[in-house]
Amino acid sequence: MKEKLKAIRDEAIKQIEASDALEKLNDVRVSFLGKKGELTSVLKSMKDVAPEDRPMVGQLVNETRQAIESILEETKTKLERAAREAQLKSEVIDVTLPAKKNNVGHRHPNTIAQEEVERIFIGMGYEVMEGPEVEYDLYNFEKLNIPANHPAKDEQDTFYINKEIVLRTQTSPVQARVMEQGKLPIRMIAPGRVFRADEVDATHSPSFHQIEGLVIDKNVTFADLKGTLEVFVKELFGESTKIKFRPHHFPFTEPSAEVDVSCFKCGGKGCRFCKGEGWIEILGCGMVHPHVLEMCGIDPDEYSGFAFGVGLERIALLKYEIDDMRLLYENDIRFLKQF
Amino acid sequence: MNTSLAWIKAYVPELDADAQEYMDAMTLSGSKGEGFVKLDADLENIVIGQIKKIEKHPDADKLVVCQIDVGTGDLVQIVTGAPNVEEGMKIPVVLDGGRVAGGHDGKKQEGGIRIKKGKLRGIESNGMLCSIEELGSSRDFYPEAPEDGIYVFDDSAVVGESAVHALGLDDAMVEYEITSNRVDCFSVLGIAREAAATFHKEFKPPVITETGNDEDVNDYIKVTVKDTDLCKRYTARVVKNIKVAPSPKWMQRRLSAHGIRPINNLVDITNYVMEEYGQPMHAYDLSTIAGQEIVVKRAKKGEKFVTLDGQERTMNEEVLMICDGEKAVGIAGIMGGENSMITDNVTTLLFEAACFDGTNIRLSSKRVGLRTDASSKFEKGLDPNTAELAMNRACQLIEELGAGEVVGGMVDVYPVKREGNRVKFDPAYVNSLLGTDIDKGTMLSYFEKIDLGYDESTSEIIVPSWRQDLLRPADIAEEVARFYGYDNIPTTLPTGEATTGKLPFNKRIEGVAREIAEFCGFSQGYCYSFESPKVFDKLLLPKDAKERQAVVISNPLGEDFSIMRTISLNGMLLSMATNYNRRNKNVRLYELGNIYLPKTLPLTELPEERMQFTLGFYGEGDFFTMKGVVEEFFEKIGLSKKAQYDPRAGKTFLHPGRQANIIYNGEIVGYLGEVHPEVADNYGIGEKAYVAVLDMPSIVPLATFERKYEGIAKFPAVTRDISMTVPKEILAGQIEAVIAQRGGKILESYTLFDIYEGAQIVQGYKSVAYSIVFRAKDRTLEEADITAAMKKILKGLEDMGIELRQ
Repeated sequence: MKEKLKAIRDEAIKQIEASDALEKLNDVRVSFLGKKGELTSVLKSMKDVAPEDRPMVGQLVNETRQAIESILEETKTKLERAAREAQLKSEVIDVTLPAKKNNVGHRHPNTIAQEEVERIFIGMGYEVMEGPEVEYDLYNFEKLNIPANHPAKDEQDTFYINKEIVLRTQTSPVQARVMEQGKLPIRMIAPGRVFRADEVDATHSPSFHQIEGLVIDKNVTFADLKGTLEVFVKELFGESTKIKFRPHHFPFTEPSAEVDVSCFKCGGKGCRFCKGEGWIEILGCGMVHPHVLEMCGIDPDEYSGFAFGVGLERIALLKYEIDDMRLLYENDIRFLKQF
Repeated sequence: MNTSLAWIKAYVPELDADAQEYMDAMTLSGSKGEGFVKLDADLENIVIGQIKKIEKHPDADKLVVCQIDVGTGDLVQIVTGAPNVEEGMKIPVVLDGGRVAGGHDGKKQEGGIRIKKGKLRGIESNGMLCSIEELGSSRDFYPEAPEDGIYVFDDSAVVGESAVHALGLDDAMVEYEITSNRVDCFSVLGIAREAAATFHKEFKPPVITETGNDEDVNDYIKVTVKDTDLCKRYTARVVKNIKVAPSPKWMQRRLSAHGIRPINNLVDITNYVMEEYGQPMHAYDLSTIAGQEIVVKRAKKGEKFVTLDGQERTMNEEVLMICDGEKAVGIAGIMGGENSMITDNVTTLLFEAACFDGTNIRLSSKRVGLRTDASSKFEKGLDPNTAELAMNRACQLIEELGAGEVVGGMVDVYPVKREGNRVKFDPAYVNSLLGTDIDKGTMLSYFEKIDLGYDESTSEIIVPSWRQDLLRPADIAEEVARFYGYDNIPTTLPTGEATTGKLPFNKRIEGVAREIAEFCGFSQGYCYSFESPKVFDKLLLPKDAKERQAVVISNPLGEDFSIMRTISLNGMLLSMATNYNRRNKNVRLYELGNIYLPKTLPLTELPEERMQFTLGFYGEGDFFTMKGVVEEFFEKIGLSKKAQYDPRAGKTFLHPGRQANIIYNGEIVGYLGEVHPEVADNYGIGEKAYVAVLDMPSIVPLATFERKYEGIAKFPAVTRDISMTVPKEILAGQIEAVIAQRGGKILESYTLFDIYEGAQIVQGYKSVAYSIVFRAKDRTLEEADITAAMKKILKGLEDMGIELRQ
């Protein structure tokens, strides 16, 4: 019996080792361990074994079964691994073949710039507001300290609908509208479209966009204006950007300033991009004129504030080095795809 | 505004800055420099030499060999072809290694031309004699220069000294951007005052001395101002025994630097004073003034007048005229008349220095169609007190130059004297507005530099009359700020109540619109708000279409930009056409922009501005691609119900069988469709194109970012497929409406999976198949539930004339 079992075991191992595929291995398992397998038939013949020998034989049979099973398992794992490896080998691809893209669309550079500015100011607690693009002369000019016959009205080349209604030349009328609502303090920005009677060329467009900013509160100072715009400029153009305030004149702010930033191309050394100046003019700003506050029903003895206005196209053109403003309104897909 | 730096330095003698330093500092104190041109940028090593000896060149007929004393002791030998050289002449000599600005023909060369010693036809030449053109100027500005040949200095020139200096070319023209509030800075003296304050140097304006003989000007001329609203002040003086001659070199040099051609002493004096004081003057030949009187009054409507440039011009009753006893002799502040102009034969002249209303001059200059140096000064609104200064300065120069005999006295019509303002001065206010801590004494020292007085007893700043921009304490704060230096003001952030940053809801929805459009492959375009009224025809809109009721711009850039758009499609179609023309394939664009709908015409109140989300594409895709974008957008903004599509949209610009209004909650919120082939032709789009327009004000109120989790289905779904024969005119939408309405609570979804018209189907019918899914949230459905629901659905479909196919 012992010999028989050993023979079965040896034969099984031999067959297992000879198996080069999982199916063959399974055949081996069935032929030895299956219901009609050789080992099973040994067990079935137990009845012919003397009762006193049965435990010993039973143990022998079990040992043999375990031995076969363990080799089977081991071989199965090996074969499976080999099969997986073969599969992987057969599935090698050329990863440099072209990607299958979804052809996602692209956002207009103006909008990217606008969202960037909005993000910065929302982070500083500003509310984004809007005002009408077709606006009363009253808000576009009068309430901003630009009375009838003021030369600034000519300078801005206004499009008129009639005597009272104009296409707004600036986003500043939103200032007056928000102040008039009388909810203080105010921290707002107002992005939007504005219009001036400039013929279309590489640097002019009769319609463009500005972002107006306004802060009204108690104890707001020119130093606060400087600090706020410094944060803005560094966030927009990079931490190393330097900022310079120059005295200027706007009818609705006093004191007023124009702001230059150090050229982000040459860092201020002077290059073709900044016309050798090292600085690039970026926005106008100032302390809200006390008369403007009065006209909007705010007491200038109690409240002060600052305002600023920045051209969106100017930022987009500078930031993305776009050399022709007309590109922004042609909507050529080859242009838009670059953003 | 431009000034010569040398002229500024004449009034700020201690100013010791080069052009760059000067411009940078002036910019920071408020007089923004736009750049400067150094007149001697390309001039180097050019001295005054004296020709000691001239010999003929042995091998060239047209050349001579000069021995020149340049002040170094040794004579310098130079060969020249100049026709005008003589022994003893003092001339500009560029020495070996020096540079000149250009050629003798007046053509300038970038970077100049370097002169090196060499041999001319075998004879050594160690430099070059210079013509005025080679020095970068011309006879226009140096009329004494010979027409052809070397510039010759007069005898007072010192040999060995810089020729560039002697010619006044060691100067820079600085260009400023002067803001409209600083009228006083449109003059050399105004800028010089700012320069003195900026550099902390003394300001030394010219001292005007008393002029005139014993006679009385009132015996020569009488002045009446009829329209005092337009003429704040009129001053007049008379000069007799006029001697017309060239003006002196120093005056010519300054005018030349300012780009003004020297003409003669009289013209030059008026130009000089205009530059110096910013006050235009006019000179009349007194012999042409009838009745020895001047009357200042408005013109008659349609009055014709010939200005001194020989042009006849037409006035209206708002144009102010200078008249004599009989006729008009000049358009006030704009240009004098041909009939009274100064000629070389003048013996007695009448000087006018007046102050006209700036706005009127600005408007009149447009009415008459003539903008002159004088009108551009007046239109800024001058200080009437300057008129007197300028008048007396001009007379002083007449006497100094020996140009004539000034008659004593001045006619001065000045009904209301302009006084300077008084402004409350509170240093604490200034510091609180600026966020600074500047002491009062420092502030007062700034004021003193710009001639602002201080009345200690009332704590008021006494503002000179030329500073009409200083009216309120905030204006005073700016004066402090700009001399303290904007850069020295600290940088802080606003303190005070914290506020929440917010984006309004409609802008958040617009943000989603952008995202969805971009996910679906659409790129963002920007279109103009104004367009041509012709677009309505291009879009085939009928004559009575409400879109034709548009807001009209009264002064447009042209017809193409003359109306505010009432429909957003034109911009989209133009953009698609641009791309099509440029052979761009598969173009998908979107735009978010307003249309402008007038409530009444003509406009009495602001038009309604409606944000339109416009999509357009050509190339891959069809009607249903566009419909998919619309539905993706609706889902994302919480419009969870199914939108309806009504093919009876009636859009003339869309394919009649491929258009639909988009309906949500029973309201039309937009439309979509295929562009009508005729419209596509009109725009030059040679492919099928699809558009969708969503009216954001209709959609935003329906949108929400609220979501509720509904659980994930635990019980199995049951699917039933139905196949139908449907009359052709019944729309899928109608079938779906029946399924949705009759499917009951257990209806989960339905999907169209086949639609077919053709051979096996009876004419006038189509085969449509739907897959309908049922599921209950709380149990496994039983056959009976489904049968009941299906029965109801099928009944509804049968009622529409639909047959179930087996």
